[in-house]
Amino acid sequence: MADDHAEAREEDHEVGPEPPDDEVASAIVERFPGTIFADSHGQPVVYVDRAAWLEVATYLRDEQQFTQCLDVTAVDLIVASSRPEPDEVVTERFEVVANYLSHPRNRRIRVITEVPAEDPTVASLSNLYPGLNVAEREVFDMFGIEFTDHPDLTRILMPDDWIGYPLRKDDAPGRVPVTFKGDPGPR
Amino acid sequence: MSDQTKDSVDELVEVVDEDPLERDEIEDDPEERRLEAQTDEGAQQLRPMDPRTRELVLTSGQWPEVEEIDDTMILNMGPQHPSTHGVLRIMMELDGEIVLRAKPVIGYLHTGMEKTGEELTYVQGSTNVTRMDYASPLSNELVFSMAVERLLDVELPERATWIRMLLVELNRMSSHLLFQATNGMDLGAVSMMIYGWRERELTLRLLEDITGLRMNHNFIRPGGVAADLPDGWQDDVLELCRAVERGVAEYDRLLTENPIWRERTVGVGVIDTQEALALGASGPILRSTGFAWDLRRAQPYLAYDDVDFDVIYTENGDVFDRYQIRLYEILESIKIVRQCVERMPGGDYRVQDRKITPPPRARIDESMEALIHHFKLFTEGFRVPPGETYVAIESPRGEIGCYLVSDGTAKPYRLHIRGPSFYNLQSLTPMMEDRLIADAVAVISSVDPIMGEVDR
Repeated sequence: MADDHAEAREEDHEVGPEPPDDEVASAIVERFPGTIFADSHGQPVVYVDRAAWLEVATYLRDEQQFTQCLDVTAVDLIVASSRPEPDEVVTERFEVVANYLSHPRNRRIRVITEVPAEDPTVASLSNLYPGLNVAEREVFDMFGIEFTDHPDLTRILMPDDWIGYPLRKDDAPGRVPVTFKGDPGPR
Repeated sequence: MSDQTKDSVDELVEVVDEDPLERDEIEDDPEERRLEAQTDEGAQQLRPMDPRTRELVLTSGQWPEVEEIDDTMILNMGPQHPSTHGVLRIMMELDGEIVLRAKPVIGYLHTGMEKTGEELTYVQGSTNVTRMDYASPLSNELVFSMAVERLLDVELPERATWIRMLLVELNRMSSHLLFQATNGMDLGAVSMMIYGWRERELTLRLLEDITGLRMNHNFIRPGGVAADLPDGWQDDVLELCRAVERGVAEYDRLLTENPIWRERTVGVGVIDTQEALALGASGPILRSTGFAWDLRRAQPYLAYDDVDFDVIYTENGDVFDRYQIRLYEILESIKIVRQCVERMPGGDYRVQDRKITPPPRARIDESMEALIHHFKLFTEGFRVPPGETYVAIESPRGEIGCYLVSDGTAKPYRLHIRGPSFYNLQSLTPMMEDRLIADAVAVISSVDPIMGEVDR
């Protein structure tokens, strides 16, 4: 019996990480070293290096027929008691998430990159997918993550003179008393 | 009148009399005399006059060579404007009546709903998301519930799925009827507003019968729906279908062939497939460009692969096409609703897992276990295993998505809703460019933005 167990363990070791069963994900994993694939409840997800963020988007658009990038958003994982990504990913404070959709191939893929707190910048995809203009502005507004080469990186939902980034976990709701410009305050 | 004042008045008169000193000079100058026009009140001097116009007069109608001057105007429309569907603000650069550039400015309805979502449990979460797209609240609830269920790996009973489909399609009808009403109102067909509102009210009344509320239902919840359908719902639904069909036929007769309506809408606010895709547009805007993409057909959820319906799409991408798509989508929704009535399966309307859905009210009085479950569920909520997921469905406005991250607690770690209106608004820019400002209202109306979902 003991031998059987030893064999089983050895086999596990030999198999190593599973190859992605999604063709686009495996193409990305092959082309961009350091990419980690995860199957998230049946949806293909790839964790890419921050430096490859723009290249992956270009590759998906030009060579894999991903006609739309539907959404870019971010997550501040500073207080997460348990993180959603696979163990191999080198984790940072922020995650920037992009959801791609290919109409001709009728498939989706999610690309996630880790963004450190001390340098919250990532390449902008607005020049590839102009629709992401507002999405990246929203992420900048809510998380303070800067998108390099974005044509108009300004606050979008909060007032221009707002201080702080509301969706960061250390930006507590109720910390700022609600005031309006020119409000004389309580009399 | 005292002498003193009389004197001062005389002084004044004298001052006026002295004024024509300059006039004499003018009369002497033949060039200046040409600038006088004879009117009933005597000769009137045509001053002040733009120097260029003066030169035009002097050169007898030959425009002098002048360098291009920048006379565009920035016009601010909204956020308080009846045709901006809430608090949308648009900055427009105008050259005369032509819109050169248009930029939507948003954020006036931002209430931090995504942040609020992080503070509410999964049980409470649907009360929050239902308020985002307030014209189709059930789509929001559905996408949120589906995301939670995917993280929980819960399989729904068949009846729950079909009830959801019935409700979402009824909601699509009411949302498109609202569009017909406001679109008519924006373009001056005010009777259309009354008609659209009439049928929409019938739809909302039915939704009230089923869910208890006209809007913001909080009826589709993680694990199923809140209650079973009321007795005799089939007759009410079929009656509504007949009424709405009658209404749609009326709108069709009133507007589709109406020359005034066509004049205002055909060829206005044109967008092509490539632009729509690039700008992240979805729903009727994308379908109006000849791109037949509907998530209900392309990536079926609920039981949409089981029912028979058509995806409506047109080729021209203008305001008229978007009106037509929404009009005929009402009929397709009626088709689906009828099939729901015919084929509604029996069984449970929610998952009978006491860790996710509360026990029936009657059980609480007789079972200690049921009481504990009920208490735990509504105080702590249920825990969702760690993970992240993105679920997308076809709302009346396009692809609504929910990106949900759980860290294993009873509250979402991150709740993000991809509102279709948020992206669709960007297509205003190409639609308005180089068009008349009078068409701007028609274009905004045809995008059908719901600001609650844009600003969240």
